[in-house]
Amino acid sequence: MRARVLIRPKAGILDPQGVAVERALPALGFGGVANVHVGRLVELDVEDEGQLDAMCRKLLANPLIEDYEIQTVTA
Amino acid sequence: MKLGVITWPGTCDDVDARLAVAKVAEPVALWHGDSDLHGVDGIVVPGGFSYGDYLRAGAIARFSPVMESVIAFARAGGPVLGICNGFQILCEAGLLPGALLPNAKLRFVCRQVDLEVQTTATPFTSTCEVGQRLSIPAKHTTGCFFGDVPSEQVVLRYAPGHNFNGSQDDIAGVVNEQGNVMGLMPHPEHAVDVLTGGSADGLKLFEGMARVPVA
Repeated sequence: MRARVLIRPKAGILDPQGVAVERALPALGFGGVANVHVGRLVELDVEDEGQLDAMCRKLLANPLIEDYEIQTVTA
Repeated sequence: MKLGVITWPGTCDDVDARLAVAKVAEPVALWHGDSDLHGVDGIVVPGGFSYGDYLRAGAIARFSPVMESVIAFARAGGPVLGICNGFQILCEAGLLPGALLPNAKLRFVCRQVDLEVQTTATPFTSTCEVGQRLSIPAKHTTGCFFGDVPSEQVVLRYAPGHNFNGSQDDIAGVVNEQGNVMGLMPHPEHAVDVLTGGSADGLKLFEGMARVPVA
């Protein structure tokens, strides 16, 4: 099955990428933008979706600084 | 006293680390794919890059065959010093508290920094004095320290005006609870000779490491 893992900086963690994007948007004329955060997306095919959580905790995310969310993708 | 220095395919500071070690002990080259520690009395995990630092710096290197042995060695009380990418790898391996985030200004920075010694109760800083300043080069993109660390485990802080990467509480170097594993972002191995390093202050950490009584 196809899975998608969304990885985000935890709330309160310094996110300089998010800050940079948040500052760049108004400069391009896009107003009313707030709370921008930049994370990572990992897409993968897995045989056993039960292993996804362990994969996230062990490798794909660092739970100390990142939150992750697992989504299953239906074709 | 034999001190091992690990090399990954992208490591670039292993040569300087071995030269620094050679001033205080016998350097032994260790390879990331070889779990044999060749009887060393201490381990330096040097800086550079590993596995492209994909995902997060150190996240994949932490699963190299040599790291299982390093973790067992550290848990048994052996001295381990992680520098820059080595610090990131030791954090990812769970041997040190905290994590390294991208620099606050998202830029690679290469400059000489002043560090203040916070404690001499670790082997590495046993050659220093509390409050002593060490002038050591730093060069990294991902060195903003974050983590809940008891103050007694904070070994080095950036001196006022020298915290260029946004590290929490100016933390530049930490030790584990037992005090035998240390990590820092600046590069002591580049500051072992006044001719090339701006100072020889970095040598103090290696001298301290070499004085560790062999278990």
